[in-house]
Amino acid sequence: MSREPTSRVEIEVNGQIVAHDVPNRTLLVDFLRDVLDLTGTHTGCDTSQCGACTVHLDGIAIKSCTIFAVQAHDKVVTTIEGLDPDGRHPLQTCFQECHALQCGFCTPGMIMAAASLLNVVPEPDAEDVREALEGNLCRCTGYQPIVEAVLRASKELAQ
Amino acid sequence: MTPFTYHSPATLDEASALLLESPDARVIAGGMTLIPTLKQGLARVDRLIDLAGIEALYGIETRGNTLRIGAMTRHHDVATSPLVLARLPGLATLAKGIGDFQVRNRGTIGGSVANNDPAADYPAALLALGATVITNRRQIAAEAFFTGMFGTALEEGELIAAVAFPADIRCAYAKFANPVSGYAMAGTFVALAEGGVRVAVTGAGPGVFRSTLHEAALRERLHPDAARSVPLPEDGMISDFHATAAYRAHLVSVMTARALEELLS
Repeated sequence: MSREPTSRVEIEVNGQIVAHDVPNRTLLVDFLRDVLDLTGTHTGCDTSQCGACTVHLDGIAIKSCTIFAVQAHDKVVTTIEGLDPDGRHPLQTCFQECHALQCGFCTPGMIMAAASLLNVVPEPDAEDVREALEGNLCRCTGYQPIVEAVLRASKELAQ
Repeated sequence: MTPFTYHSPATLDEASALLLESPDARVIAGGMTLIPTLKQGLARVDRLIDLAGIEALYGIETRGNTLRIGAMTRHHDVATSPLVLARLPGLATLAKGIGDFQVRNRGTIGGSVANNDPAADYPAALLALGATVITNRRQIAAEAFFTGMFGTALEEGELIAAVAFPADIRCAYAKFANPVSGYAMAGTFVALAEGGVRVAVTGAGPGVFRSTLHEAALRERLHPDAARSVPLPEDGMISDFHATAAYRAHLVSVMTARALEELLS
Protein backbone atom coordinates (compact mmCIF):
# COMPACT_ATOMS: atom_id res chain seq x y z
CA MET A 1 0.00 0.00 0.00
CA SER A 2 1.18 3.51 -0.79
CA ARG A 3 2.07 5.81 2.07
CA GLU A 4 -0.81 7.45 3.88
CA PRO A 5 -1.53 10.96 2.53
CA THR A 6 -0.50 13.70 4.97
CA SER A 7 -0.71 17.47 5.09
CA ARG A 8 1.40 20.16 6.68
CA VAL A 9 -0.82 21.63 9.37
CA GLU A 10 0.02 25.00 10.87
CA ILE A 11 -2.21 26.16 13.70
CA GLU A 12 -1.94 28.83 16.36
CA VAL A 13 -2.67 26.83 19.50
CA ASN A 14 -2.94 28.74 22.78
CA GLY A 15 -0.91 31.60 21.36
CA GLN A 16 1.88 29.52 19.81
CA ILE A 17 2.20 28.56 16.18
CA VAL A 18 2.68 24.82 15.78
CA ALA A 19 3.45 23.02 12.53
CA HIS A 20 3.32 19.26 11.95
CA ASP A 21 2.83 16.82 9.11
CA VAL A 22 -0.17 14.67 10.00
CA PRO A 23 -2.31 12.10 8.19
CA ASN A 24 -5.34 13.87 6.70
CA ARG A 25 -7.72 11.69 8.69
CA THR A 26 -6.29 12.92 12.00
CA LEU A 27 -9.06 14.48 14.07
CA LEU A 28 -8.29 17.79 15.74
CA VAL A 29 -8.83 16.27 19.19
CA ASP A 30 -6.22 13.57 18.47
CA PHE A 31 -3.82 16.19 17.11
CA LEU A 32 -4.19 18.20 20.32
CA ARG A 33 -3.88 15.22 22.65
CA ASP A 34 -1.42 12.91 20.88
CA VAL A 35 0.77 15.30 18.90
CA LEU A 36 0.78 18.37 21.16
CA ASP A 37 0.22 16.49 24.44
CA LEU A 38 -2.59 18.88 25.40
CA THR A 39 -4.61 16.27 27.26
CA GLY A 40 -6.97 18.74 28.93
CA THR A 41 -9.24 18.31 25.93
CA HIS A 42 -11.05 15.01 26.43
CA THR A 43 -12.44 12.44 24.05
CA GLY A 44 -15.72 11.32 25.54
CA CYS A 45 -18.22 9.81 23.15
CA ASP A 46 -16.26 10.48 19.93
CA THR A 47 -19.64 10.87 18.18
CA SER A 48 -20.24 14.64 18.57
CA GLN A 49 -22.76 14.14 21.35
CA CYS A 50 -21.04 14.78 24.68
CA GLY A 51 -19.01 17.95 24.12
CA ALA A 52 -16.05 16.89 26.32
CA CYS A 53 -13.76 17.70 23.37
CA THR A 54 -15.00 21.30 22.99
CA VAL A 55 -12.30 23.83 22.05
CA HIS A 56 -12.41 27.25 20.41
CA LEU A 57 -11.72 27.59 16.70
CA ASP A 58 -11.18 31.26 15.83
CA GLY A 59 -12.86 32.09 19.13
CA ILE A 60 -16.00 29.97 18.89
CA ALA A 61 -16.85 26.65 20.52
CA ILE A 62 -16.68 23.56 18.33
CA LYS A 63 -16.37 19.83 18.95
CA SER A 64 -12.81 18.86 18.15
CA CYS A 65 -13.78 15.21 17.57
CA THR A 66 -15.79 16.29 14.54
CA ILE A 67 -13.24 18.27 12.56
CA PHE A 68 -10.02 17.11 10.94
CA ALA A 69 -6.81 18.81 12.09
CA VAL A 70 -6.14 19.83 8.49
CA GLN A 71 -9.40 21.84 8.51
CA ALA A 72 -7.93 23.99 11.31
CA HIS A 73 -4.89 24.88 9.19
CA ASP A 74 -4.07 28.61 9.41
CA LYS A 75 -6.64 29.08 12.17
CA VAL A 76 -6.52 29.85 15.87
CA VAL A 77 -7.33 27.12 18.40
CA THR A 78 -7.73 27.66 22.14
CA THR A 79 -7.94 24.72 24.54
CA ILE A 80 -8.65 24.64 28.27
CA GLU A 81 -4.89 24.98 28.86
CA GLY A 82 -4.90 28.28 27.00
CA LEU A 83 -7.91 29.88 28.68
CA ASP A 84 -5.85 31.32 31.53
CA PRO A 85 -2.10 30.93 32.10
CA ASP A 86 -2.62 30.13 35.79
CA GLY A 87 -5.78 28.08 35.47
CA ARG A 88 -7.64 30.80 37.40
CA HIS A 89 -10.11 32.02 34.80
CA PRO A 90 -13.35 33.11 36.55
CA LEU A 91 -15.12 30.15 34.95
CA GLN A 92 -12.52 27.81 36.44
CA THR A 93 -12.71 29.31 39.95
CA CYS A 94 -16.51 29.53 39.87
CA PHE A 95 -16.78 25.88 38.82
CA GLN A 96 -14.73 25.01 41.91
CA GLU A 97 -16.69 27.30 44.22
CA CYS A 98 -20.11 26.14 42.99
CA HIS A 99 -19.18 22.44 43.02
CA ALA A 100 -19.94 22.36 39.31
CA LEU A 101 -17.82 19.24 38.83
CA GLN A 102 -17.50 15.87 40.44
CA CYS A 103 -15.49 13.47 38.27
CA GLY A 104 -14.33 16.39 36.12
CA PHE A 105 -14.35 14.57 32.80
CA CYS A 106 -16.83 16.90 31.12
CA THR A 107 -15.47 20.07 32.78
CA PRO A 108 -12.97 21.28 30.13
CA GLY A 109 -15.67 21.03 27.47
CA MET A 110 -18.27 22.69 29.71
CA ILE A 111 -15.92 25.58 30.45
CA MET A 112 -14.88 26.09 26.82
CA ALA A 113 -18.52 26.07 25.66
CA ALA A 114 -19.47 28.50 28.44
CA ALA A 115 -16.51 30.77 27.61
CA SER A 116 -17.67 30.89 23.99
CA LEU A 117 -21.16 31.87 25.13
CA LEU A 118 -19.79 34.66 27.35
CA ASN A 119 -17.81 36.00 24.38
CA VAL A 120 -21.05 36.72 22.53
CA VAL A 121 -23.55 37.04 25.41
CA PRO A 122 -21.62 38.62 28.33
CA GLU A 123 -24.64 38.73 30.64
CA PRO A 124 -26.63 35.56 29.98
CA ASP A 125 -29.62 34.35 31.96
CA ALA A 126 -30.02 30.74 33.08
CA GLU A 127 -31.95 29.91 29.91
CA ASP A 128 -29.11 31.21 27.69
CA VAL A 129 -26.62 29.08 29.65
CA ARG A 130 -28.72 25.93 29.41
CA GLU A 131 -29.16 26.48 25.67
CA ALA A 132 -25.43 27.01 25.10
CA LEU A 133 -24.54 23.89 27.10
CA GLU A 134 -27.10 21.70 25.36
CA GLY A 135 -24.27 19.96 23.52
CA ASN A 136 -22.34 19.12 26.70
CA LEU A 137 -23.26 16.11 28.80
CA CYS A 138 -22.50 15.71 32.51
CA ARG A 139 -23.39 12.51 34.30
CA CYS A 140 -22.49 13.70 37.82
CA THR A 141 -23.82 17.10 38.74
CA GLY A 142 -27.36 17.29 37.43
CA TYR A 143 -26.31 20.54 35.69
CA GLN A 144 -27.76 22.97 38.24
CA PRO A 145 -24.37 23.87 39.82
CA ILE A 146 -22.87 24.24 36.34
CA VAL A 147 -25.48 26.82 35.38
CA GLU A 148 -24.88 28.63 38.69
CA ALA A 149 -21.11 28.63 38.09
CA VAL A 150 -21.45 30.13 34.61
CA LEU A 151 -23.84 32.81 35.84
CA ARG A 152 -21.50 33.68 38.72
CA ALA A 153 -18.50 33.82 36.38
CA SER A 154 -20.36 36.12 34.00
CA LYS A 155 -20.95 38.57 36.87
CA GLU A 156 -17.28 38.44 37.89
CA LEU A 157 -16.17 39.03 34.32
CA ALA A 158 -18.58 41.95 33.93
CA GLN A 159 -17.09 43.75 36.94
CA MET B 1 -11.84 5.48 8.50
CA THR B 2 -9.62 4.87 5.50
CA PRO B 3 -6.88 7.29 4.34
CA PHE B 4 -7.72 10.07 1.91
CA THR B 5 -6.09 12.97 0.13
CA TYR B 6 -7.16 16.47 1.14
CA HIS B 7 -7.93 19.33 -1.23
CA SER B 8 -8.85 22.91 -0.50
CA PRO B 9 -9.95 24.52 -3.78
CA ALA B 10 -10.53 28.28 -4.11
CA THR B 11 -13.47 28.11 -6.50
CA LEU B 12 -16.60 26.01 -6.93
CA ASP B 13 -15.58 25.06 -10.47
CA GLU B 14 -12.28 23.72 -9.19
CA ALA B 15 -14.11 21.75 -6.47
CA SER B 16 -16.48 20.32 -9.08
CA ALA B 17 -13.59 19.22 -11.32
CA LEU B 18 -11.85 17.51 -8.39
CA LEU B 19 -15.11 15.78 -7.47
CA LEU B 20 -15.59 14.38 -10.96
CA GLU B 21 -12.11 12.87 -11.09
CA SER B 22 -12.79 10.12 -8.54
CA PRO B 23 -15.91 8.09 -7.75
CA ASP B 24 -15.01 8.06 -4.04
CA ALA B 25 -14.37 11.80 -3.81
CA ARG B 26 -16.58 13.71 -1.37
CA VAL B 27 -16.97 17.37 -0.56
CA ILE B 28 -17.01 18.52 3.04
CA ALA B 29 -18.84 21.64 4.23
CA GLY B 30 -19.30 21.75 8.01
CA GLY B 31 -18.77 17.99 8.25
CA MET B 32 -21.41 17.54 10.95
CA THR B 33 -22.87 14.54 9.13
CA LEU B 34 -19.97 13.44 6.94
CA ILE B 35 -17.36 13.02 9.70
CA PRO B 36 -19.58 10.89 11.99
CA THR B 37 -20.57 8.87 8.91
CA LEU B 38 -16.92 8.27 7.99
CA LYS B 39 -16.09 7.32 11.59
CA GLN B 40 -18.81 4.72 11.58
CA GLY B 41 -17.56 3.29 8.31
CA LEU B 42 -20.88 4.07 6.63
CA ALA B 43 -19.16 6.11 3.94
CA ARG B 44 -15.78 5.89 2.28
CA VAL B 45 -13.77 8.71 0.85
CA ASP B 46 -10.47 8.61 -1.04
CA ARG B 47 -10.38 12.33 -1.75
CA LEU B 48 -11.80 14.96 0.60
CA ILE B 49 -12.60 18.30 -1.00
CA ASP B 50 -13.00 21.06 1.58
CA LEU B 51 -15.32 23.89 0.51
CA ALA B 52 -14.23 26.12 3.41
CA GLY B 53 -11.72 28.07 1.32
CA ILE B 54 -14.24 29.20 -1.29
CA GLU B 55 -14.98 32.82 -0.35
CA ALA B 56 -17.97 33.12 -2.67
CA LEU B 57 -19.94 30.58 -0.62
CA TYR B 58 -20.21 32.76 2.48
CA GLY B 59 -22.63 35.42 3.54
CA ILE B 60 -26.23 36.55 3.65
CA GLU B 61 -27.55 39.32 1.42
CA THR B 62 -30.79 40.68 0.03
CA ARG B 63 -31.39 41.21 -3.65
CA GLY B 64 -34.77 42.89 -4.07
CA ASN B 65 -37.29 40.59 -2.46
CA THR B 66 -34.86 37.71 -2.19
CA LEU B 67 -32.76 36.65 0.76
CA ARG B 68 -29.68 34.87 -0.56
CA ILE B 69 -27.74 32.68 1.84
CA GLY B 70 -24.37 31.31 0.74
CA ALA B 71 -23.94 27.55 1.01
CA MET B 72 -21.13 27.73 3.61
CA THR B 73 -23.10 30.01 5.93
CA ARG B 74 -23.27 28.39 9.36
CA HIS B 75 -26.51 27.78 11.25
CA HIS B 76 -25.35 30.18 13.97
CA ASP B 77 -24.94 32.95 11.39
CA VAL B 78 -28.44 32.40 10.00
CA ALA B 79 -29.90 32.31 13.54
CA THR B 80 -28.29 35.63 14.51
CA SER B 81 -28.28 37.50 11.18
CA PRO B 82 -30.06 40.89 11.49
CA LEU B 83 -31.19 40.46 7.86
CA VAL B 84 -32.79 37.06 8.48
CA LEU B 85 -34.29 38.20 11.80
CA ALA B 86 -35.88 41.18 10.07
CA ARG B 87 -37.08 39.57 6.85
CA LEU B 88 -37.64 35.87 7.62
CA PRO B 89 -37.65 35.49 11.40
CA GLY B 90 -39.16 32.00 11.10
CA LEU B 91 -35.99 30.86 9.32
CA ALA B 92 -33.81 32.30 12.10
CA THR B 93 -35.87 30.37 14.67
CA LEU B 94 -35.38 27.18 12.69
CA ALA B 95 -31.60 27.68 12.50
CA LYS B 96 -31.42 28.40 16.24
CA GLY B 97 -32.95 24.99 16.95
CA ILE B 98 -30.59 22.84 14.84
CA GLY B 99 -28.34 20.43 16.74
CA ASP B 100 -26.53 22.14 19.60
CA PHE B 101 -24.38 25.26 20.07
CA GLN B 102 -21.15 23.67 18.79
CA VAL B 103 -22.91 22.00 15.85
CA ARG B 104 -24.49 25.31 14.84
CA ASN B 105 -20.99 26.81 14.89
CA ARG B 106 -19.82 24.35 12.21
CA GLY B 107 -22.84 23.07 10.30
CA THR B 108 -23.88 24.87 7.12
CA ILE B 109 -27.10 25.44 5.21
CA GLY B 110 -25.57 24.05 2.00
CA GLY B 111 -24.47 20.87 3.72
CA SER B 112 -27.85 20.34 5.31
CA VAL B 113 -29.73 20.91 2.06
CA ALA B 114 -27.38 18.73 -0.02
CA ASN B 115 -27.57 15.89 2.49
CA ASN B 116 -31.40 16.03 2.72
CA ASP B 117 -31.58 13.96 5.88
CA PRO B 118 -35.25 12.98 6.31
CA ALA B 119 -35.20 14.65 9.75
CA ALA B 120 -33.18 17.75 8.82
CA ASP B 121 -34.81 21.11 9.51
CA TYR B 122 -33.82 23.27 6.53
CA PRO B 123 -35.58 21.23 3.80
CA ALA B 124 -38.95 22.06 5.40
CA ALA B 125 -38.22 25.79 5.19
CA LEU B 126 -37.08 25.57 1.57
CA LEU B 127 -40.18 23.64 0.54
CA ALA B 128 -42.71 25.77 2.44
CA LEU B 129 -41.18 29.06 1.31
CA GLY B 130 -40.69 27.96 -2.29
CA ALA B 131 -36.95 28.66 -2.15
CA THR B 132 -34.53 28.17 -5.03
CA VAL B 133 -31.32 26.17 -4.81
CA ILE B 134 -28.55 27.84 -6.80
CA THR B 135 -25.81 25.48 -7.96
CA ASN B 136 -22.64 25.89 -10.00
CA ARG B 137 -24.76 25.00 -13.05
CA ARG B 138 -28.38 26.09 -12.63
CA GLN B 139 -31.24 27.09 -10.39
CA ILE B 140 -33.52 24.39 -8.98
CA ALA B 141 -36.88 25.01 -7.32
CA ALA B 142 -37.17 23.36 -3.90
CA GLU B 143 -40.18 21.33 -5.14
CA ALA B 144 -37.91 19.65 -7.70
CA PHE B 145 -34.78 19.56 -5.55
CA PHE B 146 -35.76 17.16 -2.76
CA THR B 147 -36.37 13.66 -4.09
CA GLY B 148 -36.95 11.52 -1.00
CA MET B 149 -34.71 10.17 1.76
CA PHE B 150 -31.19 11.61 1.27
CA GLY B 151 -32.09 12.17 -2.39
CA THR B 152 -31.64 15.42 -4.30
CA ALA B 153 -31.71 16.61 -7.90
CA LEU B 154 -27.97 17.34 -7.74
CA GLU B 155 -26.07 15.67 -10.56
CA GLU B 156 -22.51 14.37 -10.62
CA GLY B 157 -20.13 17.23 -9.90
CA GLU B 158 -22.98 19.65 -9.17
CA LEU B 159 -22.54 21.72 -6.00
CA ILE B 160 -24.75 24.15 -4.12
CA ALA B 161 -23.58 27.77 -4.21
CA ALA B 162 -26.46 29.38 -2.33
CA VAL B 163 -30.11 29.17 -1.39
CA ALA B 164 -32.46 32.01 -2.38
CA PHE B 165 -35.55 32.55 -0.23
CA PRO B 166 -38.42 34.91 -1.01
CA ALA B 167 -38.23 37.45 1.84
CA ASP B 168 -40.92 39.10 3.97
CA ILE B 169 -43.19 36.05 4.04
CA ARG B 170 -44.90 35.42 7.36
CA CYS B 171 -43.68 32.04 8.49
CA ALA B 172 -42.94 29.92 11.55
CA TYR B 173 -41.38 26.57 12.41
CA ALA B 174 -42.24 24.17 15.20
CA LYS B 175 -40.55 20.85 15.86
CA PHE B 176 -40.82 18.02 18.30
CA ALA B 177 -37.17 17.14 18.73
CA ASN B 178 -35.97 13.73 19.74
CA PRO B 179 -34.66 14.39 23.25
CA VAL B 180 -31.45 12.45 22.58
CA SER B 181 -30.43 13.40 19.06
CA GLY B 182 -32.23 16.73 18.72
CA TYR B 183 -33.44 15.65 15.29
CA ALA B 184 -37.08 16.35 14.41
CA MET B 185 -39.52 13.51 15.06
CA ALA B 186 -41.88 15.91 13.35
CA GLY B 187 -41.08 19.45 12.28
CA THR B 188 -43.51 21.69 10.47
CA PHE B 189 -42.77 24.90 8.60
CA VAL B 190 -45.82 27.02 7.85
CA ALA B 191 -45.62 29.91 5.40
CA LEU B 192 -48.28 32.39 4.31
CA ALA B 193 -47.01 32.61 0.76
CA GLU B 194 -48.55 34.59 -2.09
CA GLY B 195 -50.40 31.58 -3.47
CA GLY B 196 -51.82 30.67 -0.04
CA VAL B 197 -50.72 28.81 3.04
CA ARG B 198 -47.99 26.19 2.61
CA VAL B 199 -47.15 23.49 5.13
CA ALA B 200 -43.93 21.47 4.81
CA VAL B 201 -43.13 18.56 7.10
CA THR B 202 -39.80 17.01 8.04
CA GLY B 203 -38.87 14.12 10.33
CA ALA B 204 -42.21 12.34 10.09
CA GLY B 205 -41.97 10.81 6.62
CA PRO B 206 -39.17 9.26 4.54
CA GLY B 207 -38.38 12.72 3.18
CA VAL B 208 -39.65 16.27 3.42
CA PHE B 209 -43.17 16.71 2.02
CA ARG B 210 -46.00 19.23 1.80
CA SER B 211 -49.06 18.29 3.78
CA THR B 212 -51.87 19.11 1.38
CA LEU B 213 -54.44 18.01 3.96
CA HIS B 214 -53.25 20.67 6.39
CA GLU B 215 -52.99 23.26 3.64
CA ALA B 216 -56.61 22.58 2.60
CA ALA B 217 -57.84 22.76 6.20
CA LEU B 218 -56.01 26.04 6.78
CA ARG B 219 -57.37 27.54 3.55
CA GLU B 220 -60.83 26.95 5.00
CA ARG B 221 -59.94 28.39 8.37
CA LEU B 222 -56.57 29.85 9.29
CA HIS B 223 -56.59 28.81 12.91
CA PRO B 224 -54.45 26.44 15.03
CA ASP B 225 -57.54 24.38 15.89
CA ALA B 226 -58.10 23.68 12.19
CA ALA B 227 -54.56 22.26 11.93
CA ARG B 228 -54.86 20.30 15.15
CA SER B 229 -57.96 18.45 14.04
CA VAL B 230 -56.59 17.21 10.71
CA PRO B 231 -56.43 13.40 10.86
CA LEU B 232 -53.25 12.80 8.87
CA PRO B 233 -53.15 9.15 7.75
CA GLU B 234 -50.29 7.16 9.25
CA ASP B 235 -49.54 5.54 5.88
CA GLY B 236 -46.18 6.78 4.66
CA MET B 237 -45.02 7.98 8.09
CA ILE B 238 -41.82 6.60 9.61
CA SER B 239 -42.17 4.03 12.35
CA ASP B 240 -39.14 3.17 14.50
CA PHE B 241 -38.19 2.64 18.13
CA HIS B 242 -38.59 6.36 18.82
CA ALA B 243 -42.21 6.60 17.73
CA THR B 244 -44.92 4.79 15.79
CA ALA B 245 -46.26 6.06 12.48
CA ALA B 246 -49.57 7.00 14.14
CA TYR B 247 -47.75 9.02 16.79
CA ARG B 248 -45.74 10.87 14.17
CA ALA B 249 -48.89 11.60 12.12
CA HIS B 250 -50.46 13.07 15.25
CA LEU B 251 -47.33 15.11 15.97
CA VAL B 252 -47.52 16.70 12.52
CA SER B 253 -50.95 18.18 13.30
CA VAL B 254 -49.82 19.38 16.72
CA MET B 255 -46.63 20.94 15.33
CA THR B 256 -48.59 22.61 12.51
CA ALA B 257 -50.92 24.11 15.11
CA ARG B 258 -47.97 25.31 17.21
CA ALA B 259 -46.25 26.88 14.21
CA LEU B 260 -49.47 28.63 13.28
CA GLU B 261 -49.94 29.91 16.84
CA GLU B 262 -46.46 31.39 16.64
CA LEU B 263 -47.12 32.83 13.20
CA LEU B 264 -50.43 34.47 14.15
CA SER B 265 -49.25 35.83 17.50
